[in-house]
Parts: sequence; C-alpha cells; structure tokens
Amino acid sequence: MHELSIVANLFEILEEKAKEKKAKKIVSVKLRVGKLSGVVPEFLITAFDIYKKETIASKARLKIEGVPLKIQCLRCGAEMIKDDFVFICSSCGSTELKTLSGTELLLERIEMEV
Amino acid sequence: MKKKDVLVLEELLGSNKKIASQIREKLEQRGILTANFLGSPGSGKTSLLEKIAERMKPGFKMAVIEGDIETERDAERIRAKGIPAWQIVTGGACHLEAKMVGKIFSELPEGLDFLFIENVGNLVCPASYDLGERIRCVLLSAPEGDDKPKKYPKAFTTSNCLIITKSDLIPVLPFNLEQAQKEALEVNPKLEIFVTSALKGSGMDELVGFFLSSLHDLRQKNA
Repeated sequence: MHELSIVANLFEILEEKAKEKKAKKIVSVKLRVGKLSGVVPEFLITAFDIYKKETIASKARLKIEGVPLKIQCLRCGAEMIKDDFVFICSSCGSTELKTLSGTELLLERIEMEV
Repeated sequence: MKKKDVLVLEELLGSNKKIASQIREKLEQRGILTANFLGSPGSGKTSLLEKIAERMKPGFKMAVIEGDIETERDAERIRAKGIPAWQIVTGGACHLEAKMVGKIFSELPEGLDFLFIENVGNLVCPASYDLGERIRCVLLSAPEGDDKPKKYPKAFTTSNCLIITKSDLIPVLPFNLEQAQKEALEVNPKLEIFVTSALKGSGMDELVGFFLSSLHDLRQKNA
C-alpha cells in the first residue's frame, strides 16, 4: 500500500508543472503503469481522489493506461508479452532477456486550463 | 479559459531514484558494500543479520540500518552484538525510501566494509524503492510457503539474491524446496540462492562468503 506515497510524489510534480505553465486548474492526469511496476492501478485512483481535495487538481480525473510486461530475447530476437512473469524465452528457452516495457510508473501527460 | 495538453513523461519515483543513485555512488566510492534486505514480517531478517554479525570474518566492519513502522527493538538486537545500528521508525509507512537512508549517511563510521539495510517487513512496497544498495536480497522463510516468487514477482525480479530462511523447519512443513527454487529462477534466472537456518547455522558461511566476494568485486572495480 505505497500508492499514497506515490500519489504524494505525483502531486509534487503536478504542482510544479501547473505553476510553470501558469495553469488555473488541472482537468485530467494520465499515467502509464507497467504490469511489473509494483502498484495497483485501482489503489492509485482511490489515493488520487483522496489527495486531490483542495488542490489545483480537485476536479481532475486520473486516467491510467496499463502497460504489459514485454521482453525481448537477446539470443533469438523474439519479442513476447509475459503475463506469468516467467523470464525464459518462449521460443528458444534462453534466459538472456531484455525488458522492453512493463516496469514503468510514468506521468505521461497533464490536461490543464490556463 | 483555454485548455492545454502538456506532455510530461516523468517517472513518479524519479526523485527517489535520483537520491538512491547519489547514495550508491558515495557508498561505492567509499568501498562500502550495501545490501537491502526485503522480506515479510517474521521472515527472519533480524535473526539473519544477528548471525551474519556473529560470523563476520575478523577485521571486517559492518553497520546496520533497521526500518520498522514502530519501535527501536531491532536496532537494539543488533547493537547487542556490538554492531553500530540505526533505527528508522517510519511511523506507518510500509517501506523505506532513499531520503531516509540519506539522512544517516553522514553518521556512518570510517573504515566500514558492509552496510546492511533491513527494510520494513513487507514483500510488496519495498520492492519499488531503490535505496542506493548494490545488492538486493529477498528473504523467503519456509513457513511462508514455496509459492511466493510467483505471487510477489517484483520483490524477486528486482533482487540479486534469494535467501531461504528457517530451512531447519522444511522437514515438518509442506514446503517444496525444489519448487521454490525453480519458481524463483523462472521469475529471475540470475538469482543467487542460499538455503539457510539462522538457528542451526546451516548455509550461513556460504552467505557470508557471498557478501565477502561481492565486497571484493566492488573494491576491484574501484581499484
């Protein structure tokens, strides 16, 4: 349940960006949350709705795009999505793999009224 | 009123990552091997650290940072072994963050070889926070069950080392050691695995040997 501290970090960035762009309010916030980011999107939304009261984002909506865990095999080059978290290449069995996406916890964009 | 769409692409844990990188750089420059211990409450993190302290080779100096939601108890247990220890009381937070470790940095004694950080007992949240460690160890005690690597993948994929604890209990538990090791290696094929019992002492010399050789690697890199 570290979603509340992550939302606190999110608001630090939101307030900084809003000030920079001289925004009057924040309308929506979009995150990209990887399957292996270690956070639960539903809890992020709950924490966001608690935290946003009396902030510049008090009416804002949090949108979350889930990102699957995508890896590439460094031996045969195959790319695959791993829902089971098994870090073994499905085509050649190699364990020399590169993670392409799915670990991110990213603030993608902010919609503001200026 | 005009609407504006601002592309940000900033990591939410970016500020923690930045502090952690600074801590790692400073610790490694000083030749201190830092390990972050993750594990459920009661998985045996403090007992393991007590045994590491007892078995540490003469001439090597270690220190411990303890993270807990409440109480100074774990740091007191470590100090009783003659090891300097700092207690971080998070007051409710379920994990340690790099800035908490950063506050202790200036108090670390000279000539330190190892810094062990015991995270708050939790197999979920601490996995998301880099503390500036060089090695991350995840503990899995036999009574917890052999199915944990697949259930809590992030703790296992982000670790370098898996320490199975309380292995002396395996004979009386429905814990399949081979299955636990197999699933852990599926989640992270690069994991070094140690099967230990702090109570009986088995596997402890191998584990201490692993930390000593990791320290050697770090100093080689620095040389």
